[in-house]
Amino acid sequence: MTERLGLLILSALAWVGEVALFGIRAIGEAFLPPYEWKEVARHVFEIGWRSVPLIALSGFAIGVVLSMHTRASLERFGAEAMIPAGLAIALIRETGPLVAGLLISGRVGAGIGAELGAMKVTEQIDALEAVAVDSFKFLAVTRILACIIAMPLLTTIMDFCGIFGGFVAEASISGMSPQLYFHRAFSAIEFSDFIPATLKTAVFGLIIGTVASYLGFNTTQGTEGVGRASTRSVVLASICIILINVVLVKFIFFMFPVKA
Amino acid sequence: MNQNDDASPAVRLEGVTKAFKDHRVLDNITLEVAQGKGFCLLGRSGTGKSVTLRHIIGLLRPDSGHVYVHGKDVAALRGRELAEVRRSMGFLFQNSALFDSISVGENVAFPMRRHTDWPDSKIREVARAKLADVDLEKDYDKMPADLSGGMKKRAGLARAMALDPDILLVDEPSAGLDPITSAEIDALLVKLKKKGTTIVVVTHNIPSARHIGDELAMLHEGRIIAQGTAEELDRSDDEMVRAFMRSEGSG
Repeated sequence: MTERLGLLILSALAWVGEVALFGIRAIGEAFLPPYEWKEVARHVFEIGWRSVPLIALSGFAIGVVLSMHTRASLERFGAEAMIPAGLAIALIRETGPLVAGLLISGRVGAGIGAELGAMKVTEQIDALEAVAVDSFKFLAVTRILACIIAMPLLTTIMDFCGIFGGFVAEASISGMSPQLYFHRAFSAIEFSDFIPATLKTAVFGLIIGTVASYLGFNTTQGTEGVGRASTRSVVLASICIILINVVLVKFIFFMFPVKA
Repeated sequence: MNQNDDASPAVRLEGVTKAFKDHRVLDNITLEVAQGKGFCLLGRSGTGKSVTLRHIIGLLRPDSGHVYVHGKDVAALRGRELAEVRRSMGFLFQNSALFDSISVGENVAFPMRRHTDWPDSKIREVARAKLADVDLEKDYDKMPADLSGGMKKRAGLARAMALDPDILLVDEPSAGLDPITSAEIDALLVKLKKKGTTIVVVTHNIPSARHIGDELAMLHEGRIIAQGTAEELDRSDDEMVRAFMRSEGSG
């Protein structure tokens, strides 16, 4: 039993090591010519722009729900005036980045895993190599870079849609004016709340792109393998995001201590 | 078109051995393909023919031995040097391996877009001409999923020919094709050979091999058991080689 557990931990660590090396190689190659900017831009559009409806709608709904919860809590202390600030801080510092990361790992991670997996099993990756194209750079590096670029942008959209959702909920309950709501929300936010929390999602993007590309490139066993690569991309990227988030939050608190 | 003098081989495999886990697929293979000639690699399924072809273009690396293309050891090359050697080759995959997210015409245009600075109009014109060579000029805008197996194969051949390679590697050109289309592809390969392209074909199809191949080699259990012209293989001492040469297998 202990031996099996040990083997399981070792194989998990080996997997993490392989994925990490894959990601480090991708980052290294991103700085070497030939640059694939056209492909990166295409993927930013595919990954980023096409995810905007999902992110915006989810952000709005989360804002509404958070506002309702915040009101229920703060009402007891007669602190309704704090609702916009509380909601904005919660969204910008943690809820927005984490939910955006998990949603994109679902939508984009599954897509990359399935697409590259299908290319692998149908020999399209070999065909790219045969026409003298570096498949790793053309397929993996471009997608990983696109995820890194798209994630902070999508998170910003989610944050603002969430704050707007909070306003809609608050206005419908208390009739608070937009001027007062947004003034209270944004006066509580500092750059040290927004910048580190949003930039950390670039790391989420790196994780999503790397895990999904790695699994896609290592797909075996035909269509069943493609399905597995897709599912695993979502599951493993989500787990990695949640775990890495703990370290990143600790790091952000260390670098930007919260003022009393 | 050819990069070296005609006397040096276009492709030379020297003591190539390759195993996947415990299964030795190629066992000390040595062979040469002369410039501008047709070379057919014969053998039963699973004897390592496609693996040999993949070594030539560097998709696989030998466990031991060397693979020389125009005198350069492909197995030792990386990055840009490997890409440069690959640009001198075209590869038709057994299942065509067309890029399924772009049109048939763009599949053929793809190598040109990557490796030439030609304007878009010229790339499209050349891609259409390559498709016309395989009778698919009307299918430029179709997606690969809309083509039949035979049409995919021909489109794959058009893509392999896109950069006018010195060496064309063809994996099972007749597999899954009707006899007429198969004969048309054979005729096209012979035409390319006459223009100076070195053709290396993996096939089960003996009539096709007789038509294309100036030299034939037979692989069995990872070893070359016979090599020579079709007539020489017909007279081989090995009964299995003679039986294989008598067959009319069509892949």
